[in-house]
Amino acid sequence: MMEAFQQFLGEFLGESGALAVWTLLKIVAVVLPLLGAVAYLTYAERKIIGFMQVRVGPQRVGFKGLLQPIADALKLMFKEIIIPTGADKTLFLLAPVLSMIPALAAWAVVPFNDTLVIADVDASLLFVLALSSFGVYGIILAGWASNSKYALLGAMRSAAQLISYEIAMGMALITVLMVSNSLNLGAIVGAQGQGMFVDLGAGFLSWNWLPLLPMFVVYVVSGVAETNRAPFDMAEGEAEIVAGFHVEYSGMAFAIFFLAEYANMILVSALTALLFLGGWLSPVGFLPDSIFWLFAKIAALLFFFLWIRATFPRYRYDQVMRLGWKVFIPLCFVWIVVVGCWMMSPLNIWK
Amino acid sequence: MAELRNYTLNFGPQHPAAHGVLRLVLELDGEVVERADPHIGLLHRATEKLAEHRTWLQSVPYMDRLDYVSMMCNEHAYCMAIEKLLGIEPPLRALYIRTLFDEVTRILNHLLNIGTHALDVGAMSIMLYTFREREDLIDAYEAVSGSRMHAAYYRPGGVYRDLPDRMPQYRESKWKDPATVKALNEARSGSLLDYLDDFCTRFPKYIDEYATLLNENRIWKQRLVGIGVVSAERARQLGFSGVMLRGSGVEWDLRKKQPYAAYDRVDFDVPVGVTGDSYDRYLCRMEEMRQSTRIMKQCIDWLRVNPGPVITDNAKVAPPSREAMKSNMEELIHHFKLFSEGMHVPEGEAYAAVEHPKGEFGIYLVSDGANKPYRMKIRAPGFVHLAAMDEMARGHMIADVVTIIGSQDIVFGEIDR
Repeated sequence: MMEAFQQFLGEFLGESGALAVWTLLKIVAVVLPLLGAVAYLTYAERKIIGFMQVRVGPQRVGFKGLLQPIADALKLMFKEIIIPTGADKTLFLLAPVLSMIPALAAWAVVPFNDTLVIADVDASLLFVLALSSFGVYGIILAGWASNSKYALLGAMRSAAQLISYEIAMGMALITVLMVSNSLNLGAIVGAQGQGMFVDLGAGFLSWNWLPLLPMFVVYVVSGVAETNRAPFDMAEGEAEIVAGFHVEYSGMAFAIFFLAEYANMILVSALTALLFLGGWLSPVGFLPDSIFWLFAKIAALLFFFLWIRATFPRYRYDQVMRLGWKVFIPLCFVWIVVVGCWMMSPLNIWK
Repeated sequence: MAELRNYTLNFGPQHPAAHGVLRLVLELDGEVVERADPHIGLLHRATEKLAEHRTWLQSVPYMDRLDYVSMMCNEHAYCMAIEKLLGIEPPLRALYIRTLFDEVTRILNHLLNIGTHALDVGAMSIMLYTFREREDLIDAYEAVSGSRMHAAYYRPGGVYRDLPDRMPQYRESKWKDPATVKALNEARSGSLLDYLDDFCTRFPKYIDEYATLLNENRIWKQRLVGIGVVSAERARQLGFSGVMLRGSGVEWDLRKKQPYAAYDRVDFDVPVGVTGDSYDRYLCRMEEMRQSTRIMKQCIDWLRVNPGPVITDNAKVAPPSREAMKSNMEELIHHFKLFSEGMHVPEGEAYAAVEHPKGEFGIYLVSDGANKPYRMKIRAPGFVHLAAMDEMARGHMIADVVTIIGSQDIVFGEIDR
């Protein structure tokens, strides 16, 4: 049916026109559900943290509060965007856009199963890494353009934090691509679907998380730090620097920062699921591989994000830096060497 | 080369961690605090001056509004000062009730402090857990005085009335079905003493819960250990009191050193810190809550078996019973005089201090024999503690300033008065 539709488009628009429209449709098909997921992630967060804190969470708008995200979005849309005196207007308005773009653009290369992907490029992991480091510009610009001391402090913290954790994250990924022999996300998932345990019907033991366990931990923690989530939310640090980089933002400009943060959370969870938890692969032999496994893994990781937010106090800025530079990066170095030796030795399990 | 200037940050008065209306002017070198300059006075209501124009009794509700998280302790100091001037002693039952409610108040205060402290440091769930327990105690306040916060329950010569025999009940509503209401009302079926007794059995488990979440939490310890250290000697020099002094290792508690109310009749321990950092002060508060529960339990047991009057029978100080007032001319005159002119306190001066949850809270009164104080001076513990902010915060980072404010347990009602 899809081919027929593509043919139909081709007749009308010609070869390149059809491709453009088809790609556009695919993008819409990914981005719209993603935005919906972001909206309901905020709802899930409020409900889950609410229950963890012996509260009930939103319950008044719609059945069980299900319309709450929509009400919030409407409210924010109708609010005035206040631009502070002395702020750099262009940069001030550009910053939220800059933080939103990479969070959405990275989804171009994220595969949902072995065929479902917008752009199946060879170096898709590199593309994702490049885009995720791009997100920090939005935060730095927001802090700088706001002309506020709190915002500038937030931007400084966030820049330092993102750069340090980007390194740890990149290093953790080096081991992944060493063992999977590819930079393509689809191929990385594929590589996790073979091995001794898969034949035994316990596929989840052959995923990367087990042999690369320290790197998995480093990656997840760096992911939390990358997305500026508690306990690494010093860039916002509401008790210290009020709201950090977005303290001066209101209305839709604020909402876009908010969306970007949650879209990034989903992205990091999706990447963790793909790189370490076998993406769409089924954990056990008697159940088929399916896109639902991917969604389930993403949901579990997101729950983890919310759970630690409700539990842990916030790190101090210098402690976060120390954890990044003095623990994670050396650990990554060591583990890269360990994995290298492992692969060269007769005990290599990734043949 | 351009001249380098320190970054000056205006922390508050509108700041989520300012605990009210604290305005701190922070001079920063990067994120490191070079100087912290607390500005006060944004909540000044001239309580001391107001008291000079009210009768002795009318000032009791002002006391609630000083440290508005430990209301009854403020009243206690004020009533004790008046009793000292009058030379009267409240009945024993009143003393026990005061002890009981001082400890309820201490738990209220420490729960708020630990909850908000943890919230400032980033652990937001604790706050909601502590507020769940606070709610129970505030209900006890309501049952005894009719008001959840500003109780005005202690009176010169005793307490306003005896403990109630029944607790207010939850009622069914759109949001509460019969089963929920039944569960909520279970502890409330008996008298106030039964209710508090039930609380005392439940509460230690809740403290254990908070301890599980915080005590050994690496992040919590990294954020608190070694932050805002005050040596024992320096704490004495600065005039600290309460947990701020005990956290530094000085064993000083007015409840032990100058026993008042029924504190010499109950058994309890005073926790003392070692290093004088924020973590020690936090641990002291946790332990004090356990000890308060112990004191409450002893008071409840005593109050159950020892009925009696709860306010002095001196009709020049406390109003006569309603019945006597209706039938007896003498009592009617007393009643009329007390509620129009107010009581007269003999000439003289007196200072009375209580071990308030935050430290030594004292009231100094000068009377010229009139129906109102000639002068009242309030000794607020938080004021002294806040004055040490600069010393405690210097060299730490911004995030630590928040920790220090939290561990100083600052409430602006008493600092600005």
